[in-house]
Amino acid sequence: MSTTDTGTDPYAQSQDTTSGPVFTVTGQDWDEVVAGVDPDASERIVVNMGPQHPSTHGVLRLILEIEGESVTEARCGIGYLHTGIEKNMEYRNWTQGVTFCTRMDYLSPMYNEAVYALGVEKLLGITDQIPEKADVLRVMMMEVNRISSHLVAIATGGMEIGALTVMTVGFRERELCLDLFELFSGLRMNSAYIRPGGVSQDVPEGGLDAVDRFVSLMRKRLPELAALCNQNPIFKGRLKDVGYLDLAGCLALGVTGPALRSTGYDWDLRKKQPYCGYETYDFDVITRDEPDAYGRFRIRLDEMDESLRIIEQCVTRLRALEGAPVMVADKKIAWPSQLAIGPDGQGNSLEHIRHIMGESMEALIHHFKLVTEGFRVPAGQVYTSVESPRGELACHLVSDGGTRPYRAHFRDPSFSNLQATAAMSEGGMLADVIVAIASIDPVMGGVDR
Amino acid sequence: MSDVPTGGTQEPSSTAVGGEEVVPSEARTLEVVEVREGMFGVHGTGDTSGYGGLQRPVAMPAASRRPFGGWYDDVADQLERLLGEEIGSGAIESVVADRDELTLHVRRERIREVCQHLRDDPALRFELCSGISGVHFPHEIGREFHAVYHLLSMTHNRRIRLEVAVPDSDPHIESVVSVYPTADWHERETWDFFGIVFDGHPALTRILMPDDWPGHPQRKDYPLGGIPVEYKGATVPPPDERRSYS
Repeated sequence: MSTTDTGTDPYAQSQDTTSGPVFTVTGQDWDEVVAGVDPDASERIVVNMGPQHPSTHGVLRLILEIEGESVTEARCGIGYLHTGIEKNMEYRNWTQGVTFCTRMDYLSPMYNEAVYALGVEKLLGITDQIPEKADVLRVMMMEVNRISSHLVAIATGGMEIGALTVMTVGFRERELCLDLFELFSGLRMNSAYIRPGGVSQDVPEGGLDAVDRFVSLMRKRLPELAALCNQNPIFKGRLKDVGYLDLAGCLALGVTGPALRSTGYDWDLRKKQPYCGYETYDFDVITRDEPDAYGRFRIRLDEMDESLRIIEQCVTRLRALEGAPVMVADKKIAWPSQLAIGPDGQGNSLEHIRHIMGESMEALIHHFKLVTEGFRVPAGQVYTSVESPRGELACHLVSDGGTRPYRAHFRDPSFSNLQATAAMSEGGMLADVIVAIASIDPVMGGVDR
Repeated sequence: MSDVPTGGTQEPSSTAVGGEEVVPSEARTLEVVEVREGMFGVHGTGDTSGYGGLQRPVAMPAASRRPFGGWYDDVADQLERLLGEEIGSGAIESVVADRDELTLHVRRERIREVCQHLRDDPALRFELCSGISGVHFPHEIGREFHAVYHLLSMTHNRRIRLEVAVPDSDPHIESVVSVYPTADWHERETWDFFGIVFDGHPALTRILMPDDWPGHPQRKDYPLGGIPVEYKGATVPPPDERRSYS
């Protein structure tokens, strides 16, 4: 090809379009020159997917090197949702920390709160003083949260492969879970319900009946999802043998949760290292010998049924515990009042306001000191962990003996699990990357914190 | 007072300035991580209570002596056998058993070797590294940065914590990515937030902060940031400038 047709620029070809001349650095005979060096030069491209993309589960950025439709390399870019929650917690007292950490993994706020509260309680040495009712309420809310989180995992996973009905069904059911959160804690998300020492308020009027209705409705509706997907040939075709990760891969990459249990290993912290009295509940750990996206989907479905079993047992226990305390008896630690709904919204109960403002100066001082200063926590460090819907959620707390966390670090399961992206999607098809990532269900709020 | 400790370690017999014994009797040395002054967050002439002169060293739980209790001794014995040296003399500086958790303080140049033993030996078999993070103790002179490793043995259902201390002037630790591949992102995060350099890491780059971010945000001397907020004529200072209780 001669260079005379490129006009004045010997390096860039130009062509006239309707919007004027366009210069390109391709052309001449360079495609033939590099063809000898790299036979795939025309096929290999690097694709940047995200950080804003409908199928990346939030602000996840994927850098994919693809040859045609096959992925040769996959890397994650994270950090787009980093909000400095751990740093912020160092500037608030121990109780206020709940309000921050509940916002990390926004699909499982109850677990974030629980693991943090368990850590503070272990530092204080009051783990065995937590009232039974608070533990039962924690377990119940966590299991409702597991259902809502798994529903979102299945719903968004379905949406990303074009199964929109799965999405609408999943979100319809999740709304019922959020209604329960609102009834019990006053907020649909980020409720700061589980606090060091117990929970923020007692069972509301009619709360247990609402849970009963929820369980019976879910028992009817969850099978709909199973009927829609389990044997659906298209659904199975997209999920089967995609995102394969065996036991050795899981342990090497620190992958826990449904992905680990899909290898057949029954690792569930609720059974292995029980907390909040999980050892007293009757439920099964779901495992499957299909370490692929389909196996993880089925595990999530079955785990929701187990969660319903636990919730039923919680309701039975709560009926027997009416009037029991939900906050630790130690007044130097317990938040001074329970929350209540007033004419202007949720806040401290009116009896408490009347007491501190009109009746007792000492009560006012106590309230003021505990709310503004907080309680002191003996120096030391602890590590607590819970089985969140995504795997091992853990909290490393360091106290210097002050009223604020010296350091709070959260080991979010999404953060570790996301490292498996490359192992699960390299060598596969481009469309399967989406399925593989959806099968580990990363939540970027938790990854980036 | 002149004999107020500013950091480092302290003999167990010493008492806090307030006169109260702060060290458990079985303790060997005391790791002073901070010295706290005053009481109500008021400093200077504003404080007329006399509490402003109060100075108290803050110490983390001290090193334990044998027997550590339960399986802690089994792990310690097995590690001593594998490393061929006694605890306190070589790779493992000290052992802390506190709040039902076992912490091994490991010298930084030996951490990979210790992790290798902990993972590979069938009697130890800590096959999962839950995570790595850092803690900054600016008052602990010469040991300002602690990298904290949490290992889990699924075989034996045990957890263990490894702690590696490095000075601010030379924050280098051997990487354990070759033993635990999951440490990749965790070490990157610790580098990003604390500036601890993990030698031998395949690609130690920032992970959560932008690539061109100056500084390491989780250090104690790194400000939280924020601006004062005005509301109905009153101004609320940013969180790190509000009055705090010491």
